[in-house]
Amino acid sequence: MKFPYSEKVLEHFRNPRNVGKMENPDGKGMEGSPACGDMVAVYLQVNPDTKVIDDVKFESYGCASNIATASIITELAKGKTIDEAKKITWKEATEELGGLPPVKAHCSVLAVEGLRSAIRDYEEKHGLVSAQEPTTEAVVRSRLKHVMNPMAGLDIVRTELVTKIDVNDGNVRILLNLPSNHQFAAAIREDILEKIESLWDVKEVKVVFTE
Amino acid sequence: MLDKTVYLDNAASTRLDERVLEAMKPYYFDTYAVATSEFGYSMGIDAKEGLENARAGIASSLGASPEEIVFTSGETESSNMAIKGVASALMKKKGNHIIVSKIEDFPVLNTARTLEKQGCRADYISVSPEGILNLEELENAITENTALVSVQHANQEIGTLQDIKAIAEICKEKGVLLHTDATHSFTRVPLDVSKIPVDLVTMSAHTIHGPRGVGALYIREGTPINKWMDGGFQESNRRAGLENIPGAVGFAKAVELVTPEENRFLASLRDHTIKRAEEEVPHVTLNGSRNQRVPQNANITFHYVEGESMTLHLDMRGFAVSTGSACFSRSLEASHVIMGIGGDHERAHGSLRFSFGRYNSMEDVDGIIDAVKEIVSQLRTISPLYEKNK
Repeated sequence: MKFPYSEKVLEHFRNPRNVGKMENPDGKGMEGSPACGDMVAVYLQVNPDTKVIDDVKFESYGCASNIATASIITELAKGKTIDEAKKITWKEATEELGGLPPVKAHCSVLAVEGLRSAIRDYEEKHGLVSAQEPTTEAVVRSRLKHVMNPMAGLDIVRTELVTKIDVNDGNVRILLNLPSNHQFAAAIREDILEKIESLWDVKEVKVVFTE
Repeated sequence: MLDKTVYLDNAASTRLDERVLEAMKPYYFDTYAVATSEFGYSMGIDAKEGLENARAGIASSLGASPEEIVFTSGETESSNMAIKGVASALMKKKGNHIIVSKIEDFPVLNTARTLEKQGCRADYISVSPEGILNLEELENAITENTALVSVQHANQEIGTLQDIKAIAEICKEKGVLLHTDATHSFTRVPLDVSKIPVDLVTMSAHTIHGPRGVGALYIREGTPINKWMDGGFQESNRRAGLENIPGAVGFAKAVELVTPEENRFLASLRDHTIKRAEEEVPHVTLNGSRNQRVPQNANITFHYVEGESMTLHLDMRGFAVSTGSACFSRSLEASHVIMGIGGDHERAHGSLRFSFGRYNSMEDVDGIIDAVKEIVSQLRTISPLYEKNK
């Protein structure tokens, strides 16, 4: 049988490690969106004193590359401190897997981003965000790059769905080039709120549609 | 390699029937000359006879005259020839407007896009959630500049059959030519051009256990069509290039071998697949129409799981099927058909297309459904969406 994946990818795909939901995680990250394709959730249990990741779990709604990368990344992260785990790159994960087909980069990057977003969530919840940077338009924009445009399968910034971002004293206003009655309007709005409301100094987020 | 692959991707291509190969062989080893005129040499005259008998066979299965059949290299060429040929013949005389459906297969869809770049205007007609063409929208889209309407007979992914008679009547009333891509319905569902006023029909051998690289285009007598590929004067000066006589003979044999009993058997495999999936797997959606459907296709979305993960697990167990998931396709784009019937990426993401053929059995269907049940349930345990929604 010929598969387009390495033995190790197939092994992790068949028997993914650290799989499942975690009750009351210390940190949680979710990347991707069901409306547009692959999605991955990462849950962390962190030792409050040593900041070592004691336990990590993932869930995937994705293809083989997504599942295998998420599986290997949990193996790499377990036992590391959150600062060490933050530095795990997509390149390291794919090398550990014996390589991935280039077209599958998108699906596997999602798993790495899932881990980073779980760590960020932990840091935000535990007041660890060093030198809390005020939220600016640039910060909002970079977060919106993680919100998918289901019509294109790419993020809403890249596909120019975001027309304007205003940040004023903790009030964030995001203008979208999309009518409010569009079939994906509610899903995109929900996704935006989830990504922006957790910023430490944000008080209110408004998503404005074209009509 | 497992001892046997259960192949359920017959909409993509099929296993050749041995009887087809036997019919073709003499035209490779004995009568291998080009088709010559009756003033040529004997072997060429015999080759010509083989070609013309094949043409008559294809014609009679469609209710056409032999002169109305042109052999091509398959679906892609037939549809390109029909649309580009008619558009070029009518551009100055009638207009540069063409109409296609949103869920056409790529030979039609991309031909329309190319013509748009070359200055034609194209309208893409929407379909219902079951994949059935919006006839009112079609009727309203036709103008006096419309050169051609192209609507498939059956869909390549979801198997929905169009009411081609109603579409043909609209076109006839409005005085517009109609092309239909019948690649996925030819011989499986009756289409009689002596009763239905369709002007051009795309057919292919590879979906009915015939050789690949052979197809045909039916062109109703008198249809204005320009030659779009330059070369010799073959096929009554309508299609240049050396005739693929063994292929044409094989195609005709493949057509002859399809029987109504076989089509009923395929429908029973389809119905059994749909029934078991709906009864035994929670959270599934049938894609396409339940009643207006070709006998050899079942397309089902298994929610909360991704298609490539399913097909890879199935492959490891010896089953070959395809999915509309973006992760499976070469272009990494989700199926335009599933999106066209009002689905989203999620619907395409978890879709599996089961397409049946002559060499499948009821055991194959039971085997794959048993496997799908286990795989879906296993993948759902790791899906972040499942718990929330179940």
